[in-house]
Amino acid sequence: MTPELGQLALILALILSALQCVLPLTGAWKNSRPLMATGRSLAAGQFVFVALAFGILAWAFWINDFSVAYVAQNSNLTLPWYYRLAAVWGAHEGSLLLWMLILNLWTVALVALGGKLPEAFFARVIGVLGFVSFGFLLYMVTTSNPFVRILPAPPNGADLNPVLQDPGLTFHPPLLYMGYVGFSVAFAFAIASLLGGELKATWVRWARPWTNVAWGFLTVGIVAGSAWAYYELGWGGWWFWDPVENASFMPWLIGAALIHAQAITDKRGGLRAWTLLLSIFGFAFSLLGTFLVRSGLLTSVHAFAFAPTRGLFILVYLGVVIGGSLLLYALRAPKVTGGQPFALASRETLMVVGNLMLTVACAMVLLGTLYPLVGEALNIGRISVGPPYFGPLFLLLMTPLVLAMPFGPLSRWGKADLKVWARALVKIVALAVAAGIIGFVVGARSFYQLLGITASVWVMAGVALFAIKRWREAPAGKRYPFEMVGMMLAHFGVGVFIAGAILTRSMSVEQDVSMRPGSSVEVGAYAFQFRGVSETKGPNWLAEQGSVSITRDGKPVVVLHPQKRTYAGGQVQTEAAIQAGIFRDLYVSLGDRIGDGAWSLRVYDKPFVRWIWAGGILMMLGSFTVVLDRRFRLKRAVEPETTHAKPEPAPPGKLADDHA
Amino acid sequence: MNDVAGKPFGRFVPLAVFAVLVAFFVVGLVWNQSHDASFVPSPLINKPAPAFNLPLLKQPAQSVSKASMLGQAYLLNVFASWCFACADEHPTLMAYRDRFGIPLIGYDYRDKPADALAWLGRHGDPYHEVITDESGITALDFGVYGAPETYLIDAKGIIRYKHIGPLTPAVIAKELQPRIDALERGGK
Repeated sequence: MTPELGQLALILALILSALQCVLPLTGAWKNSRPLMATGRSLAAGQFVFVALAFGILAWAFWINDFSVAYVAQNSNLTLPWYYRLAAVWGAHEGSLLLWMLILNLWTVALVALGGKLPEAFFARVIGVLGFVSFGFLLYMVTTSNPFVRILPAPPNGADLNPVLQDPGLTFHPPLLYMGYVGFSVAFAFAIASLLGGELKATWVRWARPWTNVAWGFLTVGIVAGSAWAYYELGWGGWWFWDPVENASFMPWLIGAALIHAQAITDKRGGLRAWTLLLSIFGFAFSLLGTFLVRSGLLTSVHAFAFAPTRGLFILVYLGVVIGGSLLLYALRAPKVTGGQPFALASRETLMVVGNLMLTVACAMVLLGTLYPLVGEALNIGRISVGPPYFGPLFLLLMTPLVLAMPFGPLSRWGKADLKVWARALVKIVALAVAAGIIGFVVGARSFYQLLGITASVWVMAGVALFAIKRWREAPAGKRYPFEMVGMMLAHFGVGVFIAGAILTRSMSVEQDVSMRPGSSVEVGAYAFQFRGVSETKGPNWLAEQGSVSITRDGKPVVVLHPQKRTYAGGQVQTEAAIQAGIFRDLYVSLGDRIGDGAWSLRVYDKPFVRWIWAGGILMMLGSFTVVLDRRFRLKRAVEPETTHAKPEPAPPGKLADDHA
Repeated sequence: MNDVAGKPFGRFVPLAVFAVLVAFFVVGLVWNQSHDASFVPSPLINKPAPAFNLPLLKQPAQSVSKASMLGQAYLLNVFASWCFACADEHPTLMAYRDRFGIPLIGYDYRDKPADALAWLGRHGDPYHEVITDESGITALDFGVYGAPETYLIDAKGIIRYKHIGPLTPAVIAKELQPRIDALERGGK
């Protein structure tokens, strides 16, 4: 299989994507069924060619075809096979190909599962997705062709960036892209509804499962990235407010807001314009994420190559896609404020508060991330704002959200019963205070420790009260529909995350020490004894491997082996050694040889750090669970349109809560 | 929010905000491009390099001076162990050191020699020689803004080119190597 075939496949995919954009949209406009029907086969064809290109590139890596420049730059004869395959998306060109492949996967999934959507609407959705993919394919073919040859072929390649040679980072980009690209579906639905001038908001229900799945993938992608930074960067931190991290966090915040806004629009018909806007912004931030990482606008530990021409292309693309969408929104957004009215004290209000906080937090992160850029534009130099800006502001913005969170599910749509709120408040405060007291008795003394415990129990208590309420009030068999279970899982995950983030911060003991073989250091309740350094070897690296034995009260706990690896290309990479546990991680990372057999070492005791990622994984599980709900089976969604001519009447009494 | 979005002008607000954002990106990109190529042109370009006489990092007893380098073109790369961008640039230098066709001299800028030695030991040493300027006084004569910076100095001791920030393969291919090649052709 020659690489040129891969290039050809990309060009063919480009042509198909142009057709996939133009034909179905024209069909929907002219009301021509044959034209509308072309979308499905064009999307499938495009998928085949992009998958072929991807396969050819992967094959080039597999057989070490160093005549392909991209392979030569990112692989090596000694690189293990699994990292050779992961190297396909280890740099710019290949990760774009992965982006494309995932966009095609989403489109094909939509073609397979969305067969019951109204024909014209569906054709528009496919057309919009065709436009999105046309832009990316054009970008690849013109500026970032992964199949460029170098002749004569070098006998061996450089190496995959050693920072990327880690299981966490093997899965991080595909998961993240599943999330980023997944927001294109909600986006396409929103644009299709604007193009078609849909008066009803039924499209929102069809979009909900797609948004949930995308957000779930984005969540776990961010978790993988955070875990990778913790293991691989050797700093023991899990979030750095680095521009590239922020680039993935902004769509996550918007996505979280969008999930809730869609729920309101789906069930109550309100907030339509807002949902449209968030659908556009969710995808805009995904594109912005790609733009920030690729353009070299902001330098960062994991930014890819500096390439102004590429940056310019993405900027124009961003301008057309997002500027065009916002113009369309300005011209065609529904003019009437639809939906059922809601009182100040209602579930809607609480969800709107959450929505506002999430969007403002996103704007805050955007401002901080772009600060160096603004500084340059105003000619005052590149200034980074860093964690001192992000940390406190984020905490401040999330406080109202966390406070409101337990009460949202407990309130009714439209108008909440204040007595219910008061009773719930008493119980939640009691539980949170009780947890704080228990924590104090067990030994938590600092303000942050107590804050972490009470805030986490505050959120979890809300979930527990909701579960009890459903058990008592709903008929057996209808107590816990998937949509609710998903919500509970995700909210519980927020509680777990809060505990992890705040307790890790307040309880970690971190020491940078210089140690000679045989010497010991006390960290928290543990004694770390350094036994010296020996040499060891991997497939494409040599390492100096330290040996550190950890004891608690004289009893051995574990022996850890942190490494300092030197890869074939000469790059040095630290591999921290971690004893992972539910309640604490013991973390050792090997620094530099100081002389006289002494080494610098970093030793950490990090309690509850895993709860951070466990919280994220629960949020992901929650958002996936929601999708299983009967509400989203498409048969219901395309019932005769008259059922949706009016917003759903609110079922009386307790049943109103069934539609949580 | 529906109220704001529902008003005729309110609905253009998102577009306007986006337009401002794009304007910043354009400025940023243009700045980056101009900066990358010729931002802060050194007043010393095409002028004689300042006289210098600095000790070698690995043999502090010996030194290298402008006079001792006359007769051959060379690259002077300003780096330091504390400089993050230098670590970015480093793999490029490792890859290109033998392809430049002229010596690559490291200029260790405001750095402790022990730190610089450890840094080179850890990452690899791309330089043919390394001179140290611990105080940074000679660097003032060169007009060094920060690390990394790279100077191309010809056989007559005249600065022919200066690049601020990390060298990348693109900068080398487009800017630096053609000038080196021109010097080599002209000089022989």
